[in-house]
Amino acid sequence: MPIQYYIILSLALFCIGIVGVLVRRNVIIVFMCVELMLNAVNLLLVAFSKMHHGIAVVNDKATTVGTDAQLFVFFIMVVAAAEVSVGLAIIVMMYRNTHSVDVNFLNRLKN
Amino acid sequence: MSATQIIFWFLSALALVSALMVLLSKNPVHSVLWLISVFFAISGHYILLNAQFLAIVNLIVYAGAIMVLFLFVIMLMNLNKDMEPQKNMWMKLAGAISGGCLLMILVSLVRQATEIGGKVAEMKTGNIGLIGNLGKVLFNEYVVPFEISSVLFLSAMVGAIVIGKKD
Repeated sequence: MPIQYYIILSLALFCIGIVGVLVRRNVIIVFMCVELMLNAVNLLLVAFSKMHHGIAVVNDKATTVGTDAQLFVFFIMVVAAAEVSVGLAIIVMMYRNTHSVDVNFLNRLKN
Repeated sequence: MSATQIIFWFLSALALVSALMVLLSKNPVHSVLWLISVFFAISGHYILLNAQFLAIVNLIVYAGAIMVLFLFVIMLMNLNKDMEPQKNMWMKLAGAISGGCLLMILVSLVRQATEIGGKVAEMKTGNIGLIGNLGKVLFNEYVVPFEISSVLFLSAMVGAIVIGKKD
């Protein structure tokens, strides 16, 4: 597949995530849209790694170009898992204190 | 049109439609289920690109663990009914228009770029995504970041418990 198709697919997923962050008011949906944006970037990184590997493998059959990008995606997933656990704990704490998950209500950090 | 192309277009359409349904569905539980569908489509893309390790990790970590965590929190808060207060119409329209403008500008940039013209992401071939290769590189060159990420997990676990604890 040409790399443009993957770029445009990832851009579309990323912009859907941005629209979700801007439009929705439920803080959990906003958080899920952030996850969607992370996954769009991961897909693009994997596609680029396969593109570079495909270019390099013509000259050298045993090349490992592109392995770093896939490990980078792996570390992004690791950090995203840690981020989700802390973020959901914060959301649960705010819901317990204010009984609301509305971002327009939660935008004041004090009180 | 080969089978690979048919699977590519099917997975792309599934990912985009599911991502739109994440936004459009009123019930948060339905949003989570549509997001799981997006993750399955992206895992299918990874398999199509022969990145099998990342496909399995994506399924286990995202579709398995993180989405169950989201579902658990939504059930805990008893949010599975549509009571979300709506933003007013103009704010929604402004958000959609700004996101659409960003998408339009980025797509036009990609279409103009000459560096990526004719470049192809290889599919179904190449063995860099197999678990043997990735494991060798991970435990030789990237062993320090790997261990640091375990410290990150420990601190995230302690932080989540401390924040979530009822004081």
